[in-house]
Amino acid sequence: MSTIANSIFSPEMAARFDHLVTIYPVKRSALVPMLLYAQDDVGYISDAVVTEIAARLDLIELDVRNVLSYYSMLRTKPAGKYNVQVCTNISCMLRGGYEILDHCKHKLGIGHKEVTKDGLFSLEEVECIGACCWAPAMQVNYDFHDNLTTVKVDEILETYRQGLGKDVK
Amino acid sequence: MPTLVSHPDEVHVISRRFGQGATNIDKYIELDGYKAVQKAIAQGPDWIINTMKASGLRGRGGAGFPTGMKWSFVPKQSEKPKYVLVNGDESEPGTCKDHVIFLHDPHAVIEGTMIAGLAIGAKMGFIYLRGEYRYLLKIVEKAVADAYAKGILGKNIFGHQGVDFDIVTQSGAGAYEVGEESALMESLEGKRGVPRIKPPFPAVVGLYGGPTVINNAETIAAAPHILLMGGEEYAKLGSERNGGTRLFGISGHVERPGVYELPMGYSLRKAIYDVAGGIKDGKKLKAVVPGGSSCPVLTADEIDVGLDFDQMAKAGTMLGSGGIVVLDETVSIVEFALRTIAFYQHESCGWCIPCREGTDWIKKTLTRVYNGGGAKKDVDNVQYLAENMLGRTFCPLGDAAAMPTIGFVKKFRKEFEDYIEGHKAGTPIITVQELVGAGH
Repeated sequence: MSTIANSIFSPEMAARFDHLVTIYPVKRSALVPMLLYAQDDVGYISDAVVTEIAARLDLIELDVRNVLSYYSMLRTKPAGKYNVQVCTNISCMLRGGYEILDHCKHKLGIGHKEVTKDGLFSLEEVECIGACCWAPAMQVNYDFHDNLTTVKVDEILETYRQGLGKDVK
Repeated sequence: MPTLVSHPDEVHVISRRFGQGATNIDKYIELDGYKAVQKAIAQGPDWIINTMKASGLRGRGGAGFPTGMKWSFVPKQSEKPKYVLVNGDESEPGTCKDHVIFLHDPHAVIEGTMIAGLAIGAKMGFIYLRGEYRYLLKIVEKAVADAYAKGILGKNIFGHQGVDFDIVTQSGAGAYEVGEESALMESLEGKRGVPRIKPPFPAVVGLYGGPTVINNAETIAAAPHILLMGGEEYAKLGSERNGGTRLFGISGHVERPGVYELPMGYSLRKAIYDVAGGIKDGKKLKAVVPGGSSCPVLTADEIDVGLDFDQMAKAGTMLGSGGIVVLDETVSIVEFALRTIAFYQHESCGWCIPCREGTDWIKKTLTRVYNGGGAKKDVDNVQYLAENMLGRTFCPLGDAAAMPTIGFVKKFRKEFEDYIEGHKAGTPIITVQELVGAGH
């Protein structure tokens, strides 16, 4: 049972948040993970998310927005159901990261931070995702895909299109 | 899923349990897991710190500060609670070693955190993973839950009355800057991850104002092994003043990229040509970024150097986070330097003007050069800007951006000048947006 009446989050997420604020010496410590998990639940950080998280942590909304604007994984607009993040940083670049990004752009018909018309995919060029030794690499939501080739990318995208991909959250 | 690689020259200490199913707590215990922490409880804090000092272990995050000494700096008496903070916000381009530790041996990080806690008298530890490592966070979360279920974490651990230790796992949300220790504390306290002014240092005033030990995940994972094998034995594996082994991530243009555990002081040439199988497709080596993207570049004829903190410093570069990025002859240093600075420009938190403005101007200048609109004086300007960032920022991000930039223009000045000469027409080859991402 959530301590906040009329939570906008799913019951599981609301329960998780109730627990989250109890594990730290200071409530506010839950802010960054809470924003991230809220985004997973709602799809993006909406105004309603900001309001509820501020209430849960006894913060003013400005505190929440101040932190929200700092972290690159947090977004204030919806992404696709599957957010495709292609790394083009140095190790990936050396092994074809830009070709992978271009291929995704072409295949999905969208550019950086755009969403396909059906809302299924969004695409982002991202900085190093910590998969340097298995480059080039990308993440779809939180799933890692490495040692990519354009053929492999096609297969991966098709798996998600058919709803068969993993969806770690 | 990251694949494991191996080579006969490897010395498996931290990687001893990789690929053996040690994410399962029973398997971990079967492979000598949680023995070191019990030894630590029996022997006490002074013994732990002395063993760590004897091991010669130096921080694996990049700065290379002696770990035992760091732990000894924490005041014995404190009115505020003490904390251990594990830095798993691995974000330096070229570095993916902690990724493998969390994936294959998360309990080693938990056990190491407990040992650090016992050494300094902390009852609570935090393991902070970068937001992108969500699937790894799940592995660590499960490991922590399993440890609680077995009475290894929580109150009266291993049945010892009054010996308590709790671990909280934490997720970041995408910010390279948070890898800096004081920014990490800010982030964990629910704020923007910007650095704090030092002093006071975290060992005295850290997380929530309490004395705090902050260590890289690899440093922490090494602690249980060191306590089991003995400090002196561990020290012997490495080179002078650089105890033990470390995980090196070799990426870029090599035949067998991967994370390898090598003794400190191991030859960089052998790491590239023997361990990682040499340059991909039989091409020639052009340059090496030896310890993550912030380290000054080495040219092909400068690789006869040992992989430890001191030898790398003598060679004018750094061991950093151990991420060796190998560039073959086809790489344009102009493009590579631009991609490197674009990263730091994107990740600068904006707190210090030299870093915020410096990275932006260098990126703009190099972009113009890359697009064919450069003049020879641009090379001097880039060097001048970078040199004026050095040492003028609260945290090392300014230096991390400046040092590789200076290295590129000093060692490859002729390539920059030839490039500028060869692209005088000023026709854009590629737009900035295409190169480094619109709206980044």
